[in-house]
Amino acid sequence: MKALRCRECGREYPLEARHVCEFDFGPLEVVYDYARAKKSLTRKAVESRPKSMWRYRELLPVAKDPTVGLEVGFTPLIKADRLAKKLGIRELWIKNDTVNYPTLSFKDRVVSVALSRARELGFKVVACASTGNLANSVAANAAAAGMKAFVFIPNDLETGKVVNSLIYGANVIGIKGHYDEVNRLCAEIAGKYNWAFVNVNMRPYYSEGSKSQGYEIIEQLGWKIPRHTVVPMASGSLLTKIHKSYQEAIKIGLAHEAEYSVHGAQATGCSPISAAFKAGQDFFKPVKPDTIAKSLAIGTPADGFYALKVFKDTRAAADDVTDEEIREGIRLLAETEGIFSETAGGVTVGVAKKLIASGAIPADDSAVLCVTGNGLKTLDAVENHVGKTREIKPSLREFDALVEKELTT
Amino acid sequence: MPTQVRIPTPLRKLTNDVEVVETAAENVGAAIDDLESRFPGIRERLLDNDGEVRRFVNVYVNEEDIRFLDNKDTALKDGDEMSIIPAIAGG
Repeated sequence: MKALRCRECGREYPLEARHVCEFDFGPLEVVYDYARAKKSLTRKAVESRPKSMWRYRELLPVAKDPTVGLEVGFTPLIKADRLAKKLGIRELWIKNDTVNYPTLSFKDRVVSVALSRARELGFKVVACASTGNLANSVAANAAAAGMKAFVFIPNDLETGKVVNSLIYGANVIGIKGHYDEVNRLCAEIAGKYNWAFVNVNMRPYYSEGSKSQGYEIIEQLGWKIPRHTVVPMASGSLLTKIHKSYQEAIKIGLAHEAEYSVHGAQATGCSPISAAFKAGQDFFKPVKPDTIAKSLAIGTPADGFYALKVFKDTRAAADDVTDEEIREGIRLLAETEGIFSETAGGVTVGVAKKLIASGAIPADDSAVLCVTGNGLKTLDAVENHVGKTREIKPSLREFDALVEKELTT
Repeated sequence: MPTQVRIPTPLRKLTNDVEVVETAAENVGAAIDDLESRFPGIRERLLDNDGEVRRFVNVYVNEEDIRFLDNKDTALKDGDEMSIIPAIAGG
């Protein structure tokens, strides 16, 4: 790391806990020494390292060896032939972060970076504003690191997401409002309390963790950038960072220059970025979220502007799906590939289906779908839509009758 | 009681570390002008060259984003709270 730099005006700042440019409020980004990274981060070096996200550490923003989340990442990339057939595409892959360690979502990537860096900067207390997955990951990783955690969430989250934060002994604060209100409050709290707020003052470090998903996809495809990638969008941060990981891989020689498109997926009930794309605008209008995809329910997406730029730069598209299509997407992924994703995964599958049908992703091409969180955390969203258990007495006669009546063997 | 304006950390250098400033302005745009008269330089931090609120600045009146209200024309009355907040990442 060399410095923090404003993405808008280029002003530079020291590598401390700060996230916006004092001049124009533009987001600050970590500047790397790519010439130096290129020397040590070769394919051969990466392949010799432990199978975690930290095998790409030259391009992750820590000064010394990481101390939190050493086992995070390197999740499976699954060749999804059965789902490919259903969606009508030649080749399809699932980047399966539903089994990320330790809290079953891609957020473990960003949190291991944020907490490692927070420790380097001397923080003892960590915090976050979250739609659920981030809270889970901050709570768990802080517990394992012996740090104190405060997590702020909307008070209407799924039970699974709430329990998954409380169990680690974190201070869980439920805010009576939607995520954008939680976010606004946290910005004010972060200004007052000297904590490491992973997605506020630690954002420049935190958000870089998402790039590891992109590097892994490239490596797992045999050091190739996928022609099409479909990424779910809340703030739009993951999408912009996956795009950045592809650019960096080319820059330092891990992958060859290639044409690629990074597409975005939202829920119709909270689709400010997809709506702006469809209207041909390069700015978005904030919305009040109303969707079962609560992990994506951000009405004022901080990286929305940059996400729209990625679609333009990579000739990609964005689209959105209804709650019913989200449930359908979750079921389809589970029934064809044996992967139970949370609502965001249903959004990604549903939007991929639409983009393939519309030709935005040509049927004879290849695509990777980023599935970012585990379905066990959002049982509420699907529990009344998955059919029912058939109950019988422990009697063979009853079972035979059931088979005859309604089951196919 | 006039409107209270909450100043975010990145702007407090301009307000000599004052977190809350009071204004009698009638709307958000006028409040920004009022701030400028007392803390020169603050307007160009908040507004772009076209005089619109910068892309990465969010302004709230009583917890409502002014983009859901009347943007810079959003009215202010006694006892209102206006917050200026940088956009932040998701979770």
